[in-house]
Amino acid sequence: MRAVLTRFTAPQRLLHWLMALCILSMLFIGIGMISVITPKYLTLIQIHKVLGIAILLLALIRLTLRMAYGAPALPPDLPLTDKLAAVSSIYIFYALMIGMPLIGWGMLSASSHPVTLFGGVHLPPILPVNPHLYTFLRRMHYCFALAFFALILTHFAAMIFHKMVKNDGIFETMAPQRPRAR
Amino acid sequence: MGDASSNARSFPLKALALIGAAVGFVMIAFAYTAGWLSSHRLTPQELVKALEPPGGPALGHRRNHAKGICFTGQFEANGNGATLSKAQVFEPGQYPVIGRFNIAGPDPHMPDPMAQVRGLGIRILTRDGQEWRSAMIDAPVFAAPTPQAFFAFLNAAASKDPNAFKQYSTAHPEILTFIGWVKNHPRTESWAETRFNSLDSFVFIDSSGARHIVRWSLIPQLPPVTIPPAELAKRSPDFLAEDITRRVAASPQRWELIVTVADPGDPSADPTKAWPADRRTVDAGTLIVQQVVAETDGPCRDINYDPTVLPPGMTTSDDPFPAARSAAYRVSYDSRIAESSNYPGAQKAEKR
Repeated sequence: MRAVLTRFTAPQRLLHWLMALCILSMLFIGIGMISVITPKYLTLIQIHKVLGIAILLLALIRLTLRMAYGAPALPPDLPLTDKLAAVSSIYIFYALMIGMPLIGWGMLSASSHPVTLFGGVHLPPILPVNPHLYTFLRRMHYCFALAFFALILTHFAAMIFHKMVKNDGIFETMAPQRPRAR
Repeated sequence: MGDASSNARSFPLKALALIGAAVGFVMIAFAYTAGWLSSHRLTPQELVKALEPPGGPALGHRRNHAKGICFTGQFEANGNGATLSKAQVFEPGQYPVIGRFNIAGPDPHMPDPMAQVRGLGIRILTRDGQEWRSAMIDAPVFAAPTPQAFFAFLNAAASKDPNAFKQYSTAHPEILTFIGWVKNHPRTESWAETRFNSLDSFVFIDSSGARHIVRWSLIPQLPPVTIPPAELAKRSPDFLAEDITRRVAASPQRWELIVTVADPGDPSADPTKAWPADRRTVDAGTLIVQQVVAETDGPCRDINYDPTVLPPGMTTSDDPFPAARSAAYRVSYDSRIAESSNYPGAQKAEKR
């Protein structure tokens, strides 16, 4: 039987904020790198690959922790619609955190483009070379990136709303600092 | 803290304004990063668009160097290249190559006698799973010193304003050298008699970690046989493809890979500037073309000859073109691969 949490465990909180930083950087690098003609393009795309794989690994660790420790209960007086939104957004976040790096890796595989990390370490292809598959994954990668960004903005707005307007303790479950006694 | 939150609770509008401002700020930052707000940023999409013919691109084809033919073969390294780069491709041995002979231009049906520039793309795989891709042309120097200037040149060349090109060439006199070469260089009768040059500089890293700025060329083993201009016009529209198919069917065709090492101070960032002829060169091995395959069913069709796909032991230099080419080739690749049903023979190829 798991202990009842009032807030996420320290490793979960650390991972949440670390990944928030990584993912936001990732989205900005991704949308920026495809629209520039500059030598920095190569650096950006390299960071994008390495960071993508890092996010995939972190997301898997985070999923394991989530399954091991669970999460604090949502406030009992939360309206059903909010509860549904909260629960479904968690599933979508995990699907995107794990899915986006795999789609990126898969689309490079399908276009027979090497996935090279630092020091010449390269990852094996995870999908066969196939132009149709590449086109499909490439579009998915772009559309899901925009959806991911929209989801993060919504999450961010909801966080401020819960903190400033409702003050129902939801923000505090993931806040880096222990909430002060009121 | 308690005060602030009770204040916010009594003034939810303030909180909502804060949310709106914060979300709006992040959205604007994102749109700015994406280039959606700036109209004067040169994007790879614009660079590729500038290469399009007036009637629009040939769907399913490369946006430039659209006409070409695939080949397979080997790169036979003699070991000399190892003094410059630790890449496995320079260790003595044979490494499989998938390549593509081509001519410059956006039209996949351009008659070969009209070709101004010839090109060659190669992908060499090594046992360590690394690969080296390179796309070369036969010009001795490139047309423009920077991707931005190249974009300006393409626009000036396509402009209806008769002064546009003059204005460009006044600001960039090096274009006249390039155009002089395009107009006057002797056309050989075969890709197998054509020398191909990397033009861009790259950095080779040897096993001690020392860095060497290099350019490379593929020099044909056959002596060049020039076609007189009057005769060139009479050649078949596909004479280059017919020629290479016939030659390779008879015997493998060879080029030496000559790597030229820059002296300190040589212009590495500007591919319009040739290096002095007396620079040290290393003959790193031989490209052997063993089989020619039509592009429709050929192994090169779906390869993006992105010049920044380099094995460890090679990297880009301060030359701005490889990064720009990588970005532009990606746009061309994404477009033509998405249009692959428009590629002639694609249905047939799929059914097999």
